[in-house]
Amino acid sequence: MVKKTLIPIGPYHPLQEEPELFKLYCEGEIVKDIKWETGYNHRGIEKLSEKKTYDQSFFLVERICGICSTSHPFAFANAVEEIGNIEITNRAKYIRSIIGELERVHSHLLWVGLAGHFLGYNTVFMWAWKYREPVLDLFEMISGNRNSYAMFKVGGVRRDIENNKIPQILKVLDLVKKKTDMLVGAVMDDPVIHARTKGVGILTKQDIIDYAAVGPTARASGVDIDVRRDDPYAAYPLVNWKVITAEKGDVFAKAEVRLLEMYESISIIEQCIEGLKKEKEGDINVKVKEIPEGWGTGHAEAPRGEVFHYVLSDGSNSPARHKIRAPSYTNIATFKKSCIGQTISDATISLAAVDPCYCCTERMAVAYDSKTGDRILNGNELIALSAKKTQNIKNQF
Amino acid sequence: MGFKEFCFKKSLWLFHFAGASCNNCDIEILDCLTPRYDVERFGMVLVGSVRHADVLLVNGSINQRDKSRLLEIYEQAPKPLVVVAIGACGCTGGIFAEGDTFAGPVDKIIPVDAYIPGCPPKPEAILAGIVKLLNK
Ligand code: SF4
Repeated sequence: MVKKTLIPIGPYHPLQEEPELFKLYCEGEIVKDIKWETGYNHRGIEKLSEKKTYDQSFFLVERICGICSTSHPFAFANAVEEIGNIEITNRAKYIRSIIGELERVHSHLLWVGLAGHFLGYNTVFMWAWKYREPVLDLFEMISGNRNSYAMFKVGGVRRDIENNKIPQILKVLDLVKKKTDMLVGAVMDDPVIHARTKGVGILTKQDIIDYAAVGPTARASGVDIDVRRDDPYAAYPLVNWKVITAEKGDVFAKAEVRLLEMYESISIIEQCIEGLKKEKEGDINVKVKEIPEGWGTGHAEAPRGEVFHYVLSDGSNSPARHKIRAPSYTNIATFKKSCIGQTISDATISLAAVDPCYCCTERMAVAYDSKTGDRILNGNELIALSAKKTQNIKNQF
Repeated sequence: MGFKEFCFKKSLWLFHFAGASCNNCDIEILDCLTPRYDVERFGMVLVGSVRHADVLLVNGSINQRDKSRLLEIYEQAPKPLVVVAIGACGCTGGIFAEGDTFAGPVDKIIPVDAYIPGCPPKPEAILAGIVKLLNK
């Protein structure tokens, strides 16, 4: 029998920004099994949210994940507005979509850079991150901060995008479009990238369905899902755009989907800006008196897939229960399919291909220190815990 | 010239420890390496192991699982070592300080030499913080 070697990546590994631990069980160069452990990033956000008012919670959910710091407030706003049956103004809708799409652009640029870095192609990394800066400058101009924009609130947005800022936005979009052309050229026509990414980390359509993967990961395998189209929110029904899909399901297809999506995002922003011009300046809020009793769900298409929020309200001014599911939570499970059987060097890019975000995914893990090593709660114990928790909530009402 | 000045005279190598953060500070630290800010022109590089580092950058609130790891990493580092707490979370715990798993801000666990506040601090602020510390 060949001996298996355990190769740990993390929890504090130079390859990754966030703390998480991957254990690759290898035979020779081939990865035979993979396990991952999280918990290094657990902050107890759902519980924290119950201590905050609806207005404060926006700042909290924004800090679930820094890269997609609009998608969580987006989904949370959708959920709370569903409870209160609140219809926001058109101008607020356009502003929300503009922020959401700008974020997609910067997030995909960030991914392209990191993917290049994982492949050892640092030129792409530097390029992509260089052209991400102007987008961050736009955010700074609109919201005052480069990340964590604090733009959302129940019933609208906190800040307007005044008409005099529009020329600058259009200028940056033009620049980004040109640079995207360049990046598409650099990635799509490069024989080395083809060799490293084509046929690597393949996820079939069935795998996607089995693992319930979402976002660009699913779209790259030919599963045509996108919350923006399937359950429209904000200004997405008011503009024309298409959902990008690819068939192959390998790392290259995922890169292709993300790069082409950037063009769609830019086109959405341009159309939203046209819409913005027609609406009256300053009309960004509707008055919200109180959030009634009840529950609501909201989702939003984050750069990585569907973000889902469930909010239970007891009529007070803070959520009674807040449940969050981020896209990486399901996407990460696909590692079991995409990495096994690959060489170690290909496994890393397959891991990176779904653009995993561990801040979003963080769940609590209870580990016992025994001689046999860490034991994490097994499925049945988790179900029992969750049943107990549901019972507790039921008792409260 | 004292021992500390001697050690920090030349290129500084940085090690980045991400605690329970929202990732933004991590990204802004990485941003310092990219063309617009380019810390490498000052000889600063991010290194893969704390055993090679002169500066330990810590960001994010520290939860119960991170705590022992942070201590371990601090102990592995060669001294003298400068520890910089980055972001509101690194300085005080920030918005996560009330969380169930919070195990105290960085300076309750290891000695901190400089604090760079902001949520997230801009790359300029991070650079300015480190430079200020070295000129001290
Ligand atoms: S200080 Fe702010 S940006 Fe930095 S990790 Fe904490 S919440 Fe995120």
